Amino acid sequence: MDSVEADYKVKLEVFEGPLDLLLYLIKKEEVDIYDIPIERITNQYMEYLSLMKLLNLEVAGEFLVMAATLMYIKSRMLLPADQQVTDAEGEEGEDPRWELIRQLVEYKKFKDAALQLGRREEEQSHLFPRQVGDLGFESQPDQPLAEVGIFDLINAFNQVLKKASEREDFREIFEERFTVSDKIEEILYTLRDRLEMVFSELFANAGSRAEVVVTFLALLELIRLKRLRVQQVEAFGEINVTKVV
Amino acid sequence: MTIELKQIIEALLFSAERPLSLKEIRQIIAEATDEENPGSIEGFRNVREAQIAVVLEEIKVEFDTQLRSFQLVEIAGGWRLMSRPEYAPWLKKLLDEARPHRLSQPALETLSIVALRQPISRADVAGIRGVEVDGVIRSLLERDLITITGRSDAPGKPLLYGTTQRFLEHFGLRNLDDMPKATELRAQAAALKTAEAKATTPVSENEGQAPTTPQPN
Repeated sequence: MDSVEADYKVKLEVFEGPLDLLLYLIKKEEVDIYDIPIERITNQYMEYLSLMKLLNLEVAGEFLVMAATLMYIKSRMLLPADQQVTDAEGEEGEDPRWELIRQLVEYKKFKDAALQLGRREEEQSHLFPRQVGDLGFESQPDQPLAEVGIFDLINAFNQVLKKASEREDFREIFEERFTVSDKIEEILYTLRDRLEMVFSELFANAGSRAEVVVTFLALLELIRLKRLRVQQVEAFGEINVTKVV
Repeated sequence: MTIELKQIIEALLFSAERPLSLKEIRQIIAEATDEENPGSIEGFRNVREAQIAVVLEEIKVEFDTQLRSFQLVEIAGGWRLMSRPEYAPWLKKLLDEARPHRLSQPALETLSIVALRQPISRADVAGIRGVEVDGVIRSLLERDLITITGRSDAPGKPLLYGTTQRFLEHFGLRNLDDMPKATELRAQAAALKTAEAKATTPVSENEGQAPTTPQPN
């Protein structure tokens, strides 16, 4: 195959996931969701998968897992009732389709709820609240705060790193376990019911150099997203990290 | 001119940046001070929430019957002045860029699940949707429609998510019971939990071997 073609992958937006595809097939075939003709639906499902591959669409792993599940159910349906394997739940003779049906029915309800929610959003987008503008004077803070620039931040970060290296137990023993997005969530979680924290507090529990770095990157990202502000009372003083509300 | 409770509440709603709840309104009225003319506000000190509710209803009806361009709306646990939908074309022009785009289908599905099953972990949301939800969760967090509400005791202590006040405002919901299919989908979760609790009895040994993976024909 032409290599240009091979690189050209489109994500199929029509079906977000395998459950969507199944619901679509059930609707298209006009079958009862509580009594899915598993062989017919499995065949159709596989046909769609090969079609997606033919069109060189990226088929997410979840679609393949579902294909395996369908095959498994199909093969179990072929067994006579007295040879059915009872699973861990111990319900003897339980319909092998049940777990999938339960999942489909639940998902469909949420999908319907989402549809209605979308309508609410549409309706709501026509209503505007009163916009109370900035009155031009904020209630005076106790101390004047200055916005902190990137160099102040890097300086403070450098100090944290230095302090960190002084600590005895500061060795890299663990593999990297932190991602920036995890740290972002952690910082926001720490600030869930308070407005501010001091810069050094962010790194108080950092267990490795890598974690310090990732935490710092997360902080920069949050500042970029305007979720946090950094301010200083005096030059080279402690930096305050404030939530933007 | 004598001030009436209705006018005080109207003034509060007019100047508020967020929906005001009965409780907030009551508190504000009870705690307001006026150094120059203390007598003028004393009379309202002991106002009760029930009285406020009646007045809010009056104001709402008044705006409706006077055909004002704005209305009093019950939203996100409080009351708020909002324009009527008919005036959207002009207001959209006025406020254009401040208005966020509409959410995608995956985002709406994820929000429905988080709203009705909160607090819930990422893995549980993915379990219901049958697809990964990491990207969607991140963008919903960024838009402040969901938030982290804690950590689960399950292995790995996954973060748990819930919806925000902003979520209710965005969709014009009074509260979470106002969600589409709220009763049905919540009741279902409760039923599942009881079923799980019952199913925790030890598994008997005579189950036989785990089934071998069948070959597709």
